[in-house]
Amino acid sequence: MKIQLKIWRQENAKAKGKMVDYDLPDVNPEMSFLEMLDVLNEKLIRSGDDPIEFDHDCREGICGQCGLFINGRAHGPMSATTTCQLHMRHFEDGDTIYVEPFRASAFPVVKDLRIDRSAFDRIIQAGGFISTRTGDAPEANAIPIGHQTAEDAFDAAACIGCGACVATCKNASAALFTGAKVSHLAMLPQGEPESPERAEKMVAQMEAEGFGHCTNTGACEVECPQEISIEHIARMNFEYNKAAVLEK
Amino acid sequence: MKLDAKIPEGPLQEKWNRYKATCRLVSPNNKKKLDIIVVGTGLAGSSAAASFAEMGYKVKSFCFQDSPRRAHSVAAQGGVNASKNYQNDGDSAFRMFYDTLKGGDFRAREANVYRLAECSANLIDQAVAQGVPFAREYGGYLANRSFGGVQVRRTFYARGQTGQQLLLGAYSALNRQVAEGNIELFARHEMLELVLIDGKARGIIARNLDTGKIERHAAHAVVLATGGYGKIYYLSTLAMGCNGSAIWRAHKKGAGFASASWTQIHPTCLPQSGDYQSKLTLMSESLRNDGRIWVPQKANDPRKPGDIPEDERDYYLERRYPAFGNLAPRDIASRAAKERIDAGFGVGPQRNAVYLDFAHAIQEYGEDTIRERYGNLFRMYEKITGHNAYQRPMMISPAAHFSMGGLWVDYELMTSIPGLYAIGECNFSDHGANRLGANSLLQACVDGYFILPYTIGNYLADELRVGKISTDHPAFAQAEQQVEAQLQQLLNIKGNRTATDYHKELGALLYDKCGVQRTKEGLESAIEQIRALRADFWENLRVPGEAAHVNTELEKAGRVADYLELAELMCYDALTRDESCGAHFREEFQTAEGEAERRDEEYQFVSVWEYAGASQQPVLHREELAFETIQPSVRSYK
Repeated sequence: MKIQLKIWRQENAKAKGKMVDYDLPDVNPEMSFLEMLDVLNEKLIRSGDDPIEFDHDCREGICGQCGLFINGRAHGPMSATTTCQLHMRHFEDGDTIYVEPFRASAFPVVKDLRIDRSAFDRIIQAGGFISTRTGDAPEANAIPIGHQTAEDAFDAAACIGCGACVATCKNASAALFTGAKVSHLAMLPQGEPESPERAEKMVAQMEAEGFGHCTNTGACEVECPQEISIEHIARMNFEYNKAAVLEK
Repeated sequence: MKLDAKIPEGPLQEKWNRYKATCRLVSPNNKKKLDIIVVGTGLAGSSAAASFAEMGYKVKSFCFQDSPRRAHSVAAQGGVNASKNYQNDGDSAFRMFYDTLKGGDFRAREANVYRLAECSANLIDQAVAQGVPFAREYGGYLANRSFGGVQVRRTFYARGQTGQQLLLGAYSALNRQVAEGNIELFARHEMLELVLIDGKARGIIARNLDTGKIERHAAHAVVLATGGYGKIYYLSTLAMGCNGSAIWRAHKKGAGFASASWTQIHPTCLPQSGDYQSKLTLMSESLRNDGRIWVPQKANDPRKPGDIPEDERDYYLERRYPAFGNLAPRDIASRAAKERIDAGFGVGPQRNAVYLDFAHAIQEYGEDTIRERYGNLFRMYEKITGHNAYQRPMMISPAAHFSMGGLWVDYELMTSIPGLYAIGECNFSDHGANRLGANSLLQACVDGYFILPYTIGNYLADELRVGKISTDHPAFAQAEQQVEAQLQQLLNIKGNRTATDYHKELGALLYDKCGVQRTKEGLESAIEQIRALRADFWENLRVPGEAAHVNTELEKAGRVADYLELAELMCYDALTRDESCGAHFREEFQTAEGEAERRDEEYQFVSVWEYAGASQQPVLHREELAFETIQPSVRSYK
């Protein structure tokens, strides 16, 4: 396959970036998208150019470190797929592909396509946990949890923290990321007691990081590689309102 | 190098309790005066860091990823073992201990393995308390499934994302302590050197990967939780950034390295499709609960799998190992697959795979049940290969996966350097010569949550009087200079081959000579080839950019430089063990039926290596393995 790439290059957070053209005349359709970038980088290094920095690690769709905006879509054209699991067989010979970083003011560019998502860690630090100590704990089967409840909690817990929801949201809201964690823990009996307080603290941190507000466009759930539903944003709002009621 | 495993006296079942009851403690108000560095934030690192912080120690936690949540424990799919006996199938800590020891071909310490089994039940309790959404039965109780090498159901799971869920549990505990101010987090930092003062581990030199800045960090103890080095084979199930640099650099500073060549080659991975390929994705072993493995009976059979009738298929695992069938342990399943592929029965475009077929299971249980059990794995398979495994069998192939070898540690998980600990996959301890499925998450968690928090106090109790460790000590300056000089050296070569280029060549060489099968001649020639490749690396490597900025190629080059040394040690390790055991299969030592031939009289020991200098043959030390409770037997799964 012949592929023309237009890739965002930016020296650092403060520098001005621009799209740069690269031609790849011989792309194997069985390659993954990132393997195509590997091939391009090897070529750039050999010709004395600066390779393109991009985030990735596990390359099996679970670590959440990869994330590119491809032809205007977070993680590219396929649904429920991270960038690392996107394969070139989904493109046509002769295609031009635009590659950009996930953009949000809370995700500053480090270099080229690499961004800083530490804001997500700080949202979890604000309350994305159950306040239990490590070490001995009550017998695991002491509190039965219905099959469906466990499955629903899992659906929310499956978030990989990639930031596609933020990148695709016109408000750059982190509501789906935050909502998924609030909802996962709220559904389980172990996490329920501190749920309203957790929602309040995490939402406050989300705002402090500069993420926008949710206006329920639903774009986030469309682009989420784990297909996390915006129902979890509703549950976060419920827990948040509950906190307000309880305080009165 | 003096090796004292420090195994407590007393009967097997009482050793750990006895240790906990008698080890020294650091009082609560003294703990805050002690600093601990933890390198790595996978299950072992996160759980240890969180536990230390909760106890009151001051912790610095490092990872090279952009968030601690991304460490490669996240990718473990199938499950975590615990001897809860929820299924009432006769499980117990002792049975789990025996299965694990036998799975490892009797090349692990009894006391360590028993402790692992003993602590397993607590881990499930604690994970549930953290909110880990394990699979549940309809009555609301925890569900289990079976994994290779055992005849009970003791594996707990969260769909095919058990590692992710356990890691997010540990990550949440870690973050809670970050918020409390007890842990300082350093993401996108890579440890490049260990700092010793008066023979004790006192800190590290790290590079900030976002700025290139070299930093000094001091502590009273250093814990390495840096995972496995299977990425040395280049094509592996590991993440792109997984590396052996932290443990290798610690080894060069005096830490013994044990069983370096014992690498688990996992039987169910996606086969290689081209030379651009960057990794081989694992398909969970849990698939072997319902999938049947076969190849055509006729070599180079051109027919589609569906067109090959039952009586012309060879279900070779069921044929060779009727008692365990498709759930034979990984080393055995990988070797059996390689045997069929090498004999010309492989399938797929490159004839490098075998079938994993769900047709029978779908017929028996229906597609919906199979979808609920493995839906995400089938989906992942389709994304990568473009094929629907509900309609045609998966094609799978063995790939490098887990390092049983690693830094030697004693019962307290301390390396041969005082104050330096190694936990999780980066130590050598509990799995012997082959790890059983779903024991990896377990070991990482047990080391971090349940063992090290106790044993580290036994050492730190003596360190209270030392006071704060200063990074102004000349040892820090010296280590820092050494790191900076090496980075500059890599940049100054300005040759014409990339780090990845060398990595691929080294990986192919190791797969061939020090992979599923090894021979004396092959290993001897591999050592020569690795030395030549290493010399070429230092002459012709090309690293673009500078050290003082983001520079992924420089990171890779440093890791490959270490791999080129570690690879040689792996070959020595395999060469000097004239027997076959677990994943270490020396072709010269096999039974008439092609099974591993263990030689207990001569090799019932752990090979522990001492670094002797660049291109010098390393020095072999032995830790004899004493079996007091059980007797090693011939490991049979027939």
